Amino acid sequence: MRIATAMKGLHYVLHAPQGDTYADLLFTMIERRDARPPVTYTTFQARDLGGDTAELFKTSAREAYERFQPEAMIVGASCTAELIQDDPAGLARALKLPIPVIALDLPSYQKKENWGAAETFYQLVRTFAAKVDGAPARTPGPRPRCNILGPTALGFRHRDDVVEVTRLLGQLGVDVNVVAPLNARPSDLSRLPDADFNVVLYAEIADVAARWLEKNHGQKIIRTVPIGHNATKDFIAEIAAITGVDPAHVLADANARMPWWSRSVDSNYLTGKRVFIFGDATHAVAAARVASEELGFEVVGLGTYSREFARDVRAAAEKLGLTALVTDDYLEVEKAIAELQPELVLGTQMERHIAKRLGVGCAVISAPAHVQDYPARFSPQMGFEGANVLFDTWVHPLVMGLEEHLLAMFREDFEFNDGAGASHLAAHQPAPSPAPAPISAPIASELIWSREAEAELTKIPFFVRGKARRNTERFATEQGLAVIKIETLYDAKSHYAR
Amino acid sequence: MLRERGQREVFCGLTGIVWLHRKIQDAFFLVVGSRTCAHLIQSAAGVMVFAEPRFATAIMEEKDLAGLADANEELDRVVDRLLERRPDIKLLFLVGSCPSEVIKLDLSRAAQRLSAKHQPGVRVLNYSGSGIETTFTQGEDACLAALVPEAPKADSNTAPSLLVVGALPDIVEDQFRRLFTELGIPRVDFFPPRKSGEIAAVGPNTRMLIAQPFLGDTARALAARGANRLPALFPFGAEGTTHWLKAAADAWSIPEMDFRRIVAPHRERAKRALARSRETLEGLSVFFFPDSQLEPPLARFLAEELGMRPVEIGTPYLNRDLLSEELKRLPAQARLSEGQDVDKQLDRCRADKPDLVVCGLGLANPLEAAGMTTKWSIELVFSPVHGFDQAGDLAALFARPFARRALLKV
Repeated sequence: MRIATAMKGLHYVLHAPQGDTYADLLFTMIERRDARPPVTYTTFQARDLGGDTAELFKTSAREAYERFQPEAMIVGASCTAELIQDDPAGLARALKLPIPVIALDLPSYQKKENWGAAETFYQLVRTFAAKVDGAPARTPGPRPRCNILGPTALGFRHRDDVVEVTRLLGQLGVDVNVVAPLNARPSDLSRLPDADFNVVLYAEIADVAARWLEKNHGQKIIRTVPIGHNATKDFIAEIAAITGVDPAHVLADANARMPWWSRSVDSNYLTGKRVFIFGDATHAVAAARVASEELGFEVVGLGTYSREFARDVRAAAEKLGLTALVTDDYLEVEKAIAELQPELVLGTQMERHIAKRLGVGCAVISAPAHVQDYPARFSPQMGFEGANVLFDTWVHPLVMGLEEHLLAMFREDFEFNDGAGASHLAAHQPAPSPAPAPISAPIASELIWSREAEAELTKIPFFVRGKARRNTERFATEQGLAVIKIETLYDAKSHYAR
Repeated sequence: MLRERGQREVFCGLTGIVWLHRKIQDAFFLVVGSRTCAHLIQSAAGVMVFAEPRFATAIMEEKDLAGLADANEELDRVVDRLLERRPDIKLLFLVGSCPSEVIKLDLSRAAQRLSAKHQPGVRVLNYSGSGIETTFTQGEDACLAALVPEAPKADSNTAPSLLVVGALPDIVEDQFRRLFTELGIPRVDFFPPRKSGEIAAVGPNTRMLIAQPFLGDTARALAARGANRLPALFPFGAEGTTHWLKAAADAWSIPEMDFRRIVAPHRERAKRALARSRETLEGLSVFFFPDSQLEPPLARFLAEELGMRPVEIGTPYLNRDLLSEELKRLPAQARLSEGQDVDKQLDRCRADKPDLVVCGLGLANPLEAAGMTTKWSIELVFSPVHGFDQAGDLAALFARPFARRALLKV
């Protein structure tokens, strides 16, 4: 659906029970789209199951064609329709519609959403960008030319990333031939071969299609995702290398403010902030690099729900001395976050819930996302402007500079205290309230905290308390101590200060 | 009346969990379904509601489809883990979905097995919220109907009691309870109760007032237990609420004069609260797309008390029995439609050019973008709208889109 809704002139007929139409509102509400997604659902009911659901499908497909007159149609079955085995592909063929009809086989009990989107895009590209014998696909031109592949409907900041990357390519002297699937028509897909190379912004969606284009049309693939300042520079260098353009003036972009913002002394307090990262592979891997190289955070956990790209995330985690968490069970993610006690979570909407429950700051870096994460303003993640946006967004949830010190010094102040949270955030509560960060169970269950040490621990500000607790317990375990005293706390502090 | 079958742009019954899980405070809802079901309630609902939910999904995978024995084992494991993590749960609903219904996974047997395993601390019940059987609010009906057998039996010697049926916001329950007490009805219970252990006894001396028009199966199940339904309008607006209370007052033979004396101040207050919205809404036409089955009573309220002109009143399902009083009072020229063929209905809507369209979230923004004024219908299910003191709020929900239009200069 994200592919069909992203494109124009394409209609999707989905064999599905009533209720599945809720998917429409993800687009019309969360993304605030002003048109219904181009999807016709057969919405069969229990009473249809005894009768002819196949006929229902055919009627729906025929009426959808007549009403919407699309250039092409895709047909498929939802999880429930898959079980009743009506064969939408065969039924659609039997209709003999005068337009290309592409049947999708998306086994929903085995595979997940991003796989389905990638497969859908691949099938469309295969159908429309097939090789035509004899005719040279690439019309000659003075400037290098590329396609931008991967942006979809309901993608995290895809709209703005396309604008930013197109601008970047334009500065380099590279023309954009087709952007797909976002805002492309089926007929645009047939122009895909008329380019020198493909830029894959979101591998989850476009990697399979790009590999097919490479094999069949010899188009190179740019895989570097320009999220973050350094990755943007790498992206520019990679394009310069294959096209021979001079990147110097683009690399000197005066709007690339993020490095100075990060080096300026005010940002000292960001040093070593413990951050947990979870999202799709593209955004999680990029975030890990930005967090560690460009903001000076300590990445304490990295994970993804994109099993198809788990290898990339595992490699990125290994570089940081971590083991990647690959799961789609939010309870596992919650457990990992609770154990690691980060000061900042970069995640999806699910991690935002978890972080809120645990009293930890959070910024959203990946779909699935809330309506708030589809901003009206220009807010890309990619390119130099994207790096500026990342700096602002990720730093915002943290307790800032001097405030951090004041909280440590005067922790019992009645209106500016431990339980109050960062004062620039809406969640700031001046009234006396229980500390939001619950003190979790010790990591090693045989450890006992003395009452004095426990009391001393609560004097440490909430945003570093978890870290102090972890360090002290690890120290005590290493030292073979059974009971943690005040002394142990400060010994551990001194130990880890080295 | 128009009966249509075609694409239905509606929610399935699982959506009811979004409010039911807050109503019964020690209940938990476990959907047995696909990733799509999990996505509906965790992402679509979970993304919009920021709170620790008392609902989850046991996701059926390919191996569960291959052998039903595996599916049951998997379900037991998920329930064990859940109850271990949430010891506060006293009532667990296993909620059937489209895929679980299509493969005929027997959740009632699973519920019996799990109830036996986890007794006495936890009761396990089941119902279907699948889209092939239920539309949106019918999920609440299926849930409450499943809860009926849990009600203790009241025999024929028990003093008459009033049972108000339908999940109402707590504040509305409290208002109604005060009114019934003032009227002199001694024993009033609400179904569902706020705690699973507080289900009222039901028997031949139970008289029930239905608070929601979509509770056909629940009403039938309670009637089978001996309860008698008091036919009435639904308690929307000053008129609807008066009529609804009167049905109970008559059943307790409360003198007309007493009823008027007690109800009048509340009724007047409700009417005063409606006046302002009436200025905005009077004379405007309204088109209802089917959503919650609340459409006929709401259309009656808008027509009688705010002077609006319903052109089409769409409802996913028309329960003629529960709505008998309402149907008598709907304006004759209004088109009543049951079921849906969304594209044809959109054609009618564009032809009618109504001043206000009441529709679901999937249609609202596209219609707004096409220049129509819309009211998202889901808010009518998610806000306190019943009773005298909410009549003004209910009217304001319909007036707000106009107030906003008037305000905006962009």
